[in-house]
Amino acid sequence: MNKTIGKPVPLIDGVEKVTGKALYTADLDGREALVGRILRSPVSHGKIRRIDTTKAGALPGVMAVVTGDDCDMTYGVIPIAMNEYPMAREKVRYRGEPIAAVAALDAETAEQALALIEVVIDELPAVYTSAEARAADASQLHEKKPGNLERDVHHSFGDIAQGFAAADLVREEVFDCAEINHAQMEPHAALAEYDPERERLTLHSVTQVPFYVHLTLARCLGMDSSRVRVVKPFVGGGFGARTETLNFEIIAALLARKVGGKVMMQLTREESFLTHRGRPQTQVKLKLGLTKAGKITGVECEVTMAGGAYAGYGLVTILYAGALLHGIYDVPNVKYDGYRVYTNTPPCGAMRGHGTVDVRHAFECLLDRMAGELGLDPFALRRANLLAAPMFTANDLMINSYGLDECLDKVEAASGWAERRGKLPAGSGLGMACSHYVSGAAKPVHWTGEPHAVVSMKLDFDGSVTVLTGASDIGQGSTTIVALAAAEVLSIDLNRVRVVTNDSVITPKDNGSYSSRVTFMVGNAAIEAAKELRAKLVAAAAKKLEVSPEEIECEGESFFIRGAEQSVLPFHDVAIAALAEEGTITVKGTFTTPKEAQGGRHRGGAVGSTMGFSYAAQVVEVSIDEDTGQISVEKVWAALDCGFAINPLAVEGQIEGSVWMGLGQGLSEETVYQDGLPVHAGLMDYRFPTIAESPPIDVQIVESIDPLGPFGAKEAGEGALSGFPPALVNAVADALGLEVNFLPVTPDRVLAALMKYRRALAKKQSKKEAGK
Amino acid sequence: MKRIVNLNVNGRQVEDVVADSLLLVDYLRDRQGLTGAKKGCDGGECGACTVLVDGRPRLACITLAASVDGAKIETIEGQAKNGRLSALQRAFHENLGTQCGFCTPGMIMAAEGLLKSNSDPTEDQIKTALGGNLCRCTGYVKIIRSVQLAARATAEATQ
Repeated sequence: MNKTIGKPVPLIDGVEKVTGKALYTADLDGREALVGRILRSPVSHGKIRRIDTTKAGALPGVMAVVTGDDCDMTYGVIPIAMNEYPMAREKVRYRGEPIAAVAALDAETAEQALALIEVVIDELPAVYTSAEARAADASQLHEKKPGNLERDVHHSFGDIAQGFAAADLVREEVFDCAEINHAQMEPHAALAEYDPERERLTLHSVTQVPFYVHLTLARCLGMDSSRVRVVKPFVGGGFGARTETLNFEIIAALLARKVGGKVMMQLTREESFLTHRGRPQTQVKLKLGLTKAGKITGVECEVTMAGGAYAGYGLVTILYAGALLHGIYDVPNVKYDGYRVYTNTPPCGAMRGHGTVDVRHAFECLLDRMAGELGLDPFALRRANLLAAPMFTANDLMINSYGLDECLDKVEAASGWAERRGKLPAGSGLGMACSHYVSGAAKPVHWTGEPHAVVSMKLDFDGSVTVLTGASDIGQGSTTIVALAAAEVLSIDLNRVRVVTNDSVITPKDNGSYSSRVTFMVGNAAIEAAKELRAKLVAAAAKKLEVSPEEIECEGESFFIRGAEQSVLPFHDVAIAALAEEGTITVKGTFTTPKEAQGGRHRGGAVGSTMGFSYAAQVVEVSIDEDTGQISVEKVWAALDCGFAINPLAVEGQIEGSVWMGLGQGLSEETVYQDGLPVHAGLMDYRFPTIAESPPIDVQIVESIDPLGPFGAKEAGEGALSGFPPALVNAVADALGLEVNFLPVTPDRVLAALMKYRRALAKKQSKKEAGK
Repeated sequence: MKRIVNLNVNGRQVEDVVADSLLLVDYLRDRQGLTGAKKGCDGGECGACTVLVDGRPRLACITLAASVDGAKIETIEGQAKNGRLSALQRAFHENLGTQCGFCTPGMIMAAEGLLKSNSDPTEDQIKTALGGNLCRCTGYVKIIRSVQLAARATAEATQ
């Protein structure tokens, strides 16, 4: 029986958050620190002719100035695609790209110094969209990338021609999804300190992956990595923005080394937007073939992403888009062509639901429309294409657990779908969609062969258990999950466990918080460590009670002989007995992904590979003001299969948060550039939903118990996101009969589409009448 | 120009010299070490710096410290009495009204301002009162619930 897990538990670091005691990077003691500021490119594309920092450097109070000359090492999250410098060298490729930076005694002096840096750039023509970038005469961003094509991917599984030949209905549509940004609440910040005496660097930063930052700092500063220390304080959200090492982190370190001291670099909200790494503008051309019964026979998908000025995560994003066409429905015949394109805009990157959201949007919208044509209910159409776990998909993704059928049942019943769909008042409608996401990438970016996760555990004289982990809690509750795993296995109070996270001199290396890997990988490692510790405690108890370890039970902070519950040893006594053997006990647990989870042998086959997928279904109810085009989302019903809810409270929170983030993308979020100048770069102009327009979200948890998951658990924080935008668009279609192929569905666009639709309808009608 | 201001910060009387241009949020964070009030935007857009000035919610990032001379300032750090969480803090903690926690101090202070003037708010009144406080993690569902439960707990405690 579960003692600690499976019940709602508040976050173990929640008290700090509600009392203001939680220290985020900008809250750290910066009294001795100099103020760092970055000078950014005023043009979208150009050759740097001259940067003169003489005047800036001579300004009293300015302690250091750095430019591209201070770092000639490229960086980038993908080892084979590092093509970015912390500060531009020779060329600038987007408006806002860092070109120089200063460290000064105060902010005013730093700002003044920036104004004194003389920059001469010969402007080049710029390209802002995929179409412009791919035009024959387009200005080229990178020397070795003709046609501004960063990466193209061509995958084919099964027999697509045969697939479409077997179809009763084939339809093709093109969907356009706007670029969006994470807009995590905490603006970017880094505190860098360099000790020239011992040649050591310490960086506190807002990162999701301290390990990447650590490697990148060593690389870009030409330092031995043993002299670098990276600490992650509390982090105010990430959603993928902070998976890659970001330029300001390296620049802060370069400044700190140059001054031989401490530099606080706090980016404005506008600069945080410029640093970007968001979801790229994506065009999805999708062709589906269905039988009359709704069985999918063929999927042909072409995806083009405007990825911004540098590679970043680009090739992974474009691979994800194709790989996760699989893994949710039975799709034997799939052809995928992906194009990742360079544009003169801030670099895109990973964002919650990485690579898959816009493709899932297209897929679920088109399925719904074809269901209509075939006279099938949208739920019935999905049910006609379910998978049966365990299995491998056509592209070799491993699926051991599958709860989509149950998710469908739950939201169909909860939303009153059968009774209410098609019977709502005019302008109101219901739409549904399904989605899924990986529980951690089975192959990490840095493929060294070492375990994916390591957790250390210490038991000491005071009877406390300290867990050391490099897993980055960015608000999702991973620290609590690690503590719960330890408490459950050891049968101890959660309050006996303390978790120390993210300080490279203390905690073991971890691959960080991305692709929803932490619960699965770090959770399993924590279980293994706790089991090893328990074995030592059981051995000590057995010795004390003079029985064999097999006869010892441990429960409720105590150890006893099975069947003889009168001789009970309290946990602390057993801990002291165990320590008598070897002193302070330290154990570790690891997790390595099984080989069969690591994807197919085709090129790019590692992307999308995982130990288990989460599955989600949702129903969205909208009412639309036909005079203004304003859509109100009245309610959402969501169900997600997370394998097992170790902390149901956190799972609910993750589902609500991801559904809501999908709502933002669906309704209003969009980055907008005017000649490369971001006009969205504030929280008034980048419109994510406020509390006022956010609907109630009814959440149901489905537990399919994954055989490899920690206690059966899978991911919960991303899978529900990509279902929202298509469920919304499908609800709009139900409400107005209007099919829209763009995101976000802002009032102006809805109104324009509605007018066009009505004109066409009227024309059709008058023709019909004329023909009578 | 600089001037002397008298403030009551979380129950403590402070006399201080502030530049005319000093923002209240910078005064609290840099001079008082009260970093609970956060800067989430470039001015007046996100609500993360919300504090109470004479009992009413105010954005500390668009308030000059000199302009609140003589006022009573309450921040998130003063909410727990003798180390025990306030009703709102407890509700936000226990019901996951906070995830990453960055918006939380401002959110709780705005809600505190609401409950001071309206001890039993409707959902719409909560939405109106917190309309200027952005959160990117929760979808606001558990925030609304936290405020409702805090109001209920306070009502039950005072019965």
